[in-house]
Amino acid sequence: MIWMKRNLFRSVGDSLLTVVFGSVAVYVLWGVLQFVFVTGRWDIIQVNLKLLLVGRFPEELLWLVSGSIMALAFWVSAAATSSQSTKEARPGFGRRIWEAFQRFGLLAATGLLLIAVSGDRASLVMGAMILGSIILGQLVGFARRTLSPLNALPGWIWHPLLAVAPIVLVALTLSQASLDLWGGFLINFYIAIISIVLSFPFGILLALGRKSTLPIVRLISTTYIELIRGAPLFVLLLLAGVALEFFVPSSMAPGQIARAVTVFTLFTAAYVAEIVRGGLQSIPAGQTEAGKALGLNTTKITTLVTLPQALRNVIPAQIGQFISLFKDTTLAGVALNVLDLLNVGTAITAQDDFLGQGLIYETLAFVALLFWVGSYVMSRESQRIEKKLGVGQR
Amino acid sequence: MSSLPSAPTKPPLWRDIRVLRWAFQLLVLALVIAFVYWLYGNYQTNVARSSIPTDLRFLDNPANFTMPGNDLDQSQPVRDAFVQGFYNTLRVSIVGILLTTVLGTLVGIARLSKNFMVRTFATAYVELIRNIPLLLLLTFMNLAVILQTFPRIENAWLPLNLFVISNRGIAIPWFTGSGGILLAVLASALVLTWIVVKIRGRVSDINGKPARGLTWGLPTFIVVMVAGWIVLGYDWVLPFVDDRATSGGLRLDPSFFALLVTLVVYTSSHVAEIVRGSIQAVVKGQSEAADALALSGGQKMRLVILPQAFRIAMPALGNQFLNLIKNSSLGATISYFELTQIAQITVGNGSPAVPAFTLTLLVYLMISLVTSVIVNIVNRRLALVER
Repeated sequence: MIWMKRNLFRSVGDSLLTVVFGSVAVYVLWGVLQFVFVTGRWDIIQVNLKLLLVGRFPEELLWLVSGSIMALAFWVSAAATSSQSTKEARPGFGRRIWEAFQRFGLLAATGLLLIAVSGDRASLVMGAMILGSIILGQLVGFARRTLSPLNALPGWIWHPLLAVAPIVLVALTLSQASLDLWGGFLINFYIAIISIVLSFPFGILLALGRKSTLPIVRLISTTYIELIRGAPLFVLLLLAGVALEFFVPSSMAPGQIARAVTVFTLFTAAYVAEIVRGGLQSIPAGQTEAGKALGLNTTKITTLVTLPQALRNVIPAQIGQFISLFKDTTLAGVALNVLDLLNVGTAITAQDDFLGQGLIYETLAFVALLFWVGSYVMSRESQRIEKKLGVGQR
Repeated sequence: MSSLPSAPTKPPLWRDIRVLRWAFQLLVLALVIAFVYWLYGNYQTNVARSSIPTDLRFLDNPANFTMPGNDLDQSQPVRDAFVQGFYNTLRVSIVGILLTTVLGTLVGIARLSKNFMVRTFATAYVELIRNIPLLLLLTFMNLAVILQTFPRIENAWLPLNLFVISNRGIAIPWFTGSGGILLAVLASALVLTWIVVKIRGRVSDINGKPARGLTWGLPTFIVVMVAGWIVLGYDWVLPFVDDRATSGGLRLDPSFFALLVTLVVYTSSHVAEIVRGSIQAVVKGQSEAADALALSGGQKMRLVILPQAFRIAMPALGNQFLNLIKNSSLGATISYFELTQIAQITVGNGSPAVPAFTLTLLVYLMISLVTSVIVNIVNRRLALVER
């Protein structure tokens, strides 16, 4: 009662606001529930689930995709647990389960929803196997922290060792199924991940160039960054769609997805550069001076002292950039006719079985759900890391 | 025999830091130039083989297309189409930036409201919109809301009889007569209000009584506007449906409406986060001092917190405004005739792609530069003058 009085009915105006917003909220919620459980016709999603998730990826090679996802899940799970420090006080088991639920409950619920929608045994098995590989990863990470031969292994051997399986599987998938066959949600993820990985070293170089004391290097970096940041991504994609082949020898004419990756990489690099530059500027001058006092040269100060600290501080901003890149991959669908999730989502309403039945609400809601869950979970993780790093609190 | 340090000799050339610095820079420069030259050479070879023009002469060719809602003749040159597209980009951007600032600020404040309902509502809005791709929202607005949900013109929705909403667009009440002169009236009203408020501030400084800028300023503004309105013979025109078309009022194209609403909704969710962060970044003592002076909640917000919050928010807000302008290029996906759409159409009609899109990019770059200059000027005005 006290809570209600304090939070809902402080004064007459406040009560009025509560009533107005409350009724709107009830109305909206009621509408959404009606749509989800009563009026929505979800068979269009059920029939086209595979198309939405992986596009025209060959059916007989789908096990490679599932295998890659499992290997990636294992990798992330094992790498995250094995790098936890043992000195830190660890909360109790129940508390850890609750934290895991808060962090990944939404992801798990979406996975269950997808299994339920697909309604076949294979997807249930796959869900169970992904869960299994996550648990296996936890166990391996636990073993790494506690068992004696494993925890003696240096990190530079351990982490590449973990990454072997996912890298081999992803490479195998790429070699078996040509990129032009990839589609749906898979291609959104693929473009986003490849572009962020490729743009990262380029962005760091640009940031260092912009901070450099060498005038020509600084001028080149600054010009590049500002030109890219002043240009709309969509126009760059359109330009790449019609003109990229003019700029390379005719033997190297790129496919649509290669064009998309090129543009996203060049574009993201400028933004990564600005993020890294911000990180470099946040490092106190004392760090550089301490490096000089130790007799390190500029290269060593950068690679051993300032850059590692800067990169650690900008992890949350990097995740933010990745989220916006992930959302922007939908532009490739329109500009370059890549069959991405959104493109499939609008195209399936024109199938013979569903044409003219006004199912655009259903398909776009499903597409939005997948993007929303992905971005939301990542942004929550980024906030968590931000808190853990304590950036801006020191 | 003690070895005295010998007089410093010049280091050899390959260890001289000044030589090394320049050698490195020249190397980088050479690499960049070589790469650009390689690209340019490829471009020349490929273009010569397919005999595509590389200059801007295509701007004088006839456009060969029309734009519904804009007066462009088919025989007019491509140049005019680009100008029209530039104008349309500016139109949606300026209106969008104004609306975004208002909505984003309101939502940002609402996120910090003490009222649980308002707070939850604002949070839900921000978290929902921020995590969905802009293109998805735009597609939803166009395909689902306008084309599927808005009624045909015969059974248009007429809320309060002030608006006409149909899938042919939205019509809103407008005025008769010249918009330019009304804008001048608005400007003079604003200037007069500003003068009145300034005078009240001076008076308050002298006699120590409250300035009451709002109680004086608002009536001044209203009186000037109403006087101008009546003297110059302006009148409202309400839109109505007239034989399968809207008459009277101002008709907004469905594509313009969809793009504007989407840009405002999407950018507001980002602006709201910036506003919230900036309000929280205002030192807590300021809020406590306002409480100690017994200012009301509204006064505290308006007079103490928001002016300081906007100073903090301005650079990030400027970035969002730039994003809105650049994102208006997505109008091309729903046939809103802005710059990108014009470029796409003329390229489809046979204009050379590289010059046309490069021109488009340069125009966006120019808009971005002008906007950031404006933002910088505002920023400097707002910035704290430190000793």
